[in-house]
Amino acid sequence: MDLGTFLQFLAAGLTVGSTYGLAALGFTIIFNTTGIINFAQGEFVMLGGLLAVVFMHWLDPGLPAAVILAVLATTLVGLVMERLTIRPVQHTSVINLIIVTIGVSITIRGLMMLLWGKDTYVLPAFSGTTPIPLLGATIAPQSLWILGITLLVLAAMRYFFSRTIFGRAMLACSFEPKAARLMGISVERMVMASFMLSAFVGAVGGAILTPLTMTSYDVGVLLGLKGFAACILGGLGNPFGAAAGGLLLGVLEAFGAGLISSAYKDAIAFVVILAILLWRPSGLFGAPDTERV
Amino acid sequence: MKSSTLRQLTPVAAFYVLVLATPTLLSHDYYYLSILNMAGIIAIIVMGLNLLLGFAGQISLGHAALFGISAYTTAVMTATYGLPLAVGMISGVGLTAVVALVVGMPVLKLKGYYLAMATLGFGLIVYIFFNEAISLTGGPSGFVGIPQFQVGSFVFDSDLSYFFLVWTTVTVVLLISLNLIHSRIGRALMALHASDKAAQSMGINVARYKLFIFVLSAVFAGIAGVLYAHYLSFVAPSSFGFHFSVQLITMVVLGGMASLWGGIAGTVFLTAMPEFLRAYENMEVIIYGLILILCMMYLPQGMAGGVSKLIALIRGRFGHVR
Repeated sequence: MDLGTFLQFLAAGLTVGSTYGLAALGFTIIFNTTGIINFAQGEFVMLGGLLAVVFMHWLDPGLPAAVILAVLATTLVGLVMERLTIRPVQHTSVINLIIVTIGVSITIRGLMMLLWGKDTYVLPAFSGTTPIPLLGATIAPQSLWILGITLLVLAAMRYFFSRTIFGRAMLACSFEPKAARLMGISVERMVMASFMLSAFVGAVGGAILTPLTMTSYDVGVLLGLKGFAACILGGLGNPFGAAAGGLLLGVLEAFGAGLISSAYKDAIAFVVILAILLWRPSGLFGAPDTERV
Repeated sequence: MKSSTLRQLTPVAAFYVLVLATPTLLSHDYYYLSILNMAGIIAIIVMGLNLLLGFAGQISLGHAALFGISAYTTAVMTATYGLPLAVGMISGVGLTAVVALVVGMPVLKLKGYYLAMATLGFGLIVYIFFNEAISLTGGPSGFVGIPQFQVGSFVFDSDLSYFFLVWTTVTVVLLISLNLIHSRIGRALMALHASDKAAQSMGINVARYKLFIFVLSAVFAGIAGVLYAHYLSFVAPSSFGFHFSVQLITMVVLGGMASLWGGIAGTVFLTAMPEFLRAYENMEVIIYGLILILCMMYLPQGMAGGVSKLIALIRGRFGHVR
């Protein structure tokens, strides 16, 4: 394989992988504060893209404003979801909470299908579609936007969790909710914030990917699954491991599709994940579990 | 032991009487019978999944794939190669068991979300295979022309005849499952559900029991797959995807985990519901999701838990009733 082809695959993989990574980051944020795997995470990603399209048609506020509106609206959906469906059922088993999130995801998907139908929509590229040549490969400008914004979001999250009092309070909840409560942290507020934050990062991922891959009411299912896979790949509970897992998953898929078979692209990714799970069950960047009996 | 077997025999016999009476009660309404046939087929998978999830505490998001492997195997054997029905059925169920054994051995070492992810990955790989191996499976457009069920010269060619076939199978599977959970094996499974470390220290071979119950639940899924393929005479990959695996889990949980009766009720309820909501066209999906959320919020122990709460309330006794 020559350098051009290699770079081409790498760029394609990193681009899609960014969305997986942002979805995975969303999974981790909620998992860390609540222990729930939120099956509606893929729907946040879908909402980010589809709502941006909707706002463009509706209000025509210009692309950047439409994207920002979509991300804010999705963040609001995260808030409403936590308020209406998660908070009232706090004292139930984890599996029941998972079923609740599946119910939410079905409802959101159904609602979007009812309102905007089953059509596929596209968003204009952020800065044109003239490909940029790079050492024998050609890269879509949108890919650069996706990578740049993903890195920006990651850096912001890093800063938020390690430097701000609010972020550190959220981390405290993930380590030991009881101790956090004793320190005067409102765990309820942190759970709510975690849903908003994960909706936010998911929606950003969805909105920036849409100009490249198009969107429809049901894209959330596969994006959610890939995000979940990325989490496991990177180590469940480790936010930046999850993001790295997403990028890695995207790259694996791109090379698998290019070198082996594009029909089996998704299968290749999951075969690799199975292999990694069996070899290192706690993921690539997760600390091995120590269990107390 | 004997008395407990008898205790299960009475409700199961009563259940079967109800089954036999159902077509008459519905005055042979074939629309309802066809829904009940699908519900019965799915209930067989749900019972197996309930043994795995509700009793042994091991999640599987890949049961739709096991169901599909059996359905496609019997389809290929009987339709493509024209082999007898018995060969199709045996190879369908047999291959499903073998796949479960091979996959289960490494995968069942994982726990919780990791096990969920691994079984989900397995399910997706199989689903993609169904879609892409077009020369074998017909690809996304599906596999047509699977012959009807036949015993001797009697051909199962109506919803009514399938109703008796499907629900007799449901009853047999139910009886086997009920006896299993009241046996040594059942107690071992519940022990490893509570704590596999503790179970291990009591001398229970945890790995072997997990594998056993995984393969058994796969065999149930296999039986359902064979029934499904020959009943519809058509199979397509979309029936065996991730969404169906999630639906299966939902049926177990909605019915009430570790309640086989609840599982059957949950399955019939969730299979029939979309049919009744069809009048609302696109609203159907939303209502389905809302019912799911509301049931989990107000009936966290599932339908079985709701019923026992109700019985306890009627008897004037409060608190947990098994």
